[in-house]
Amino acid sequence: MSAALAARGLGKQYGRRWALSDCTLDIPRGRVVGLVGPNGAGKTTLLQLAAGLLRPTAGTIEVLGRPPSDDAGQLGRVGFVAQDTPVYSALSVADHLRLGAWLNPRWDQEVAQRRIGQLGLDPKQRGGKLSGGQRAQLALTLAVAKRPELLIMDEPVASLDPLARREFLQQLMAAVAEDQFSIVLSSHLVADLERVCDYLVVLASSRVQVAGEVDGLLAAHRRLTGPRRDPAALGPDLQVVDASHTDVQSTLVVRCDGPVHDPAWTVEELSLEDLVLAYMGRARQQGRAAQRRLGVLR
Amino acid sequence: MIQLTWRQFRAQATVAFGALAVIAVLFAITGPQLVHLYHTSVVPCQAQGDCSVATSAFVSRDGLLQGLGLVLVAVPAVIGVFWGAPLVARELEAGTYQLAWTQSVPRKRWLAVKLGLVGLASVTVAGLLSLMVTWWSSPIDRVNADPFAVFDHRGIVPFGYAAFAFALGVTAGMLLRRTVPAMVVTLVAFAGIRVAVTRWVRPYLITPLRIVSAVVPPSPGNGGPGNPPAAPSPGDWALADQTINAAGQVIGQNGAISYGGGRFGILFSPAGDGRMTLGGAGLCPNRFPAQSGAAPGGQPSAAFNQAARECVTRLVRQVLTYQPTSRYWPLQWYELAIFAGLALILAGFSFWWMRRRFA
Repeated sequence: MSAALAARGLGKQYGRRWALSDCTLDIPRGRVVGLVGPNGAGKTTLLQLAAGLLRPTAGTIEVLGRPPSDDAGQLGRVGFVAQDTPVYSALSVADHLRLGAWLNPRWDQEVAQRRIGQLGLDPKQRGGKLSGGQRAQLALTLAVAKRPELLIMDEPVASLDPLARREFLQQLMAAVAEDQFSIVLSSHLVADLERVCDYLVVLASSRVQVAGEVDGLLAAHRRLTGPRRDPAALGPDLQVVDASHTDVQSTLVVRCDGPVHDPAWTVEELSLEDLVLAYMGRARQQGRAAQRRLGVLR
Repeated sequence: MIQLTWRQFRAQATVAFGALAVIAVLFAITGPQLVHLYHTSVVPCQAQGDCSVATSAFVSRDGLLQGLGLVLVAVPAVIGVFWGAPLVARELEAGTYQLAWTQSVPRKRWLAVKLGLVGLASVTVAGLLSLMVTWWSSPIDRVNADPFAVFDHRGIVPFGYAAFAFALGVTAGMLLRRTVPAMVVTLVAFAGIRVAVTRWVRPYLITPLRIVSAVVPPSPGNGGPGNPPAAPSPGDWALADQTINAAGQVIGQNGAISYGGGRFGILFSPAGDGRMTLGGAGLCPNRFPAQSGAAPGGQPSAAFNQAARECVTRLVRQVLTYQPTSRYWPLQWYELAIFAGLALILAGFSFWWMRRRFA
């Protein structure tokens, strides 16, 4: 079975700036994929490329085995909830459901109405009068009732308060449990994703830093604390992700495929948040180093 | 997609077609009265001769409704600004395009339906209004007998204006991606292009006719420009009335020579050998009487005046350029074709741009 999302050397350039570069990814189907990264890391660009709203400058992308394209068949297989969950401010909730029914041959009106009923949304309420949480729920309803094979959501909970956030994610998980579609959702907060995702992609400085199953990633990363040491001298089976040093002590985040035997290290497990932060920190340092190199060249 | 477009557009459509219906009722009531009045007041007095009182009373009837004719000039611009410009710009601005373009409808079709439906409504509103105004005003227009004065708000050209203004608005919205700037650009560009076509294109869509005649200067003491030119008939569209010299150069307007701001009599200067030069026109072919130079402040002699008139008549020509009234409808069709063509080009461009800019 083809991947939910497969990218090869994918890049998108705006003017002279690369919003996303050299992105290679294989996201299997049937997962809830969290795309995490700081603001401006290229998350929106990647997701809009996947939704076919943008055209890549470099490389290729395939969604559910086909390049995103402007044909009804492919569009019907992918649900998309854009950043800030835009809805039509002049149209009512009921109008939005009608819109979904008009524009999607596989539309499930029953699911849509049930969700709206459960959420307590007034069908006569206009889109412009909905709260951020209600808007996000309406946008999610539209995307789910379309019965997609893959649901892409760009920071769907960013504008929600913590309670609405939890409700939204619960609703999302309930919808997945019912329909078994794949999900890719982005956030700049790991806490949002930790609860729902079983696959993680860390995007920073417009590049993919790490990608994999959450359990596997957690199992393969450790924090080592011990006497100060040069990280370069650690040997081949330990990949240093992030290192910080005091005069006497080194703290390293490493990727290791087996257990760490060196008794000099205190070995700790990482939380998902620490893991993500380590990769983001590495990306930032590499970015600075690159800038310094450029500075030297100039 | 048609249903969605209609749902988003129905409020505006209702207002526009409602207004059109109200105007239709007003016209239906007052139109026959106007025709009746034409037959009872203008036709009898035309049969008798002098008619100015009756006609001036007639053409100032129903000023408010006649004003609708002028409103019609603004209708295409309003359509472009309020229907065209927001059509795509508002979706891009609010981000709702991401909602619309990720349903199971290809965005080519999305744009085609929006352009088609709202564009059709635009053309229909402006066109129907124009046809109604044309029908209602026909008695007044007949009395005024100056069809080219109301060319822009009669007949079929408003169909083209509306189509063009709408397509211009859509294109501006797609390029600028913001509603208000797109509206402003649409208004300015539409007004600019309309004025440019009216001034520099419409007069030359068909090669204008020319009437060339000799200029006979006035006798002394009988001021004013030369002879009344062989005027085009009433209802023709006079484009230019130029005075030219033997070489074909334009040396003045409206039967006068613009040379040092003067008139004929003082433009002559001695060129020696009993010859005279007519300022701006050249050396007179005829000889002047020997005692030509008049005393300062004195009147030139009759013989001098005679020679001067002969010189002017031989050297200077008056050229009238005009479109005859019979070309009114061909010019309407040409202008309609121009604006409809521009509208199609813009619509094609907006498809191309959408493909290029957004995947």
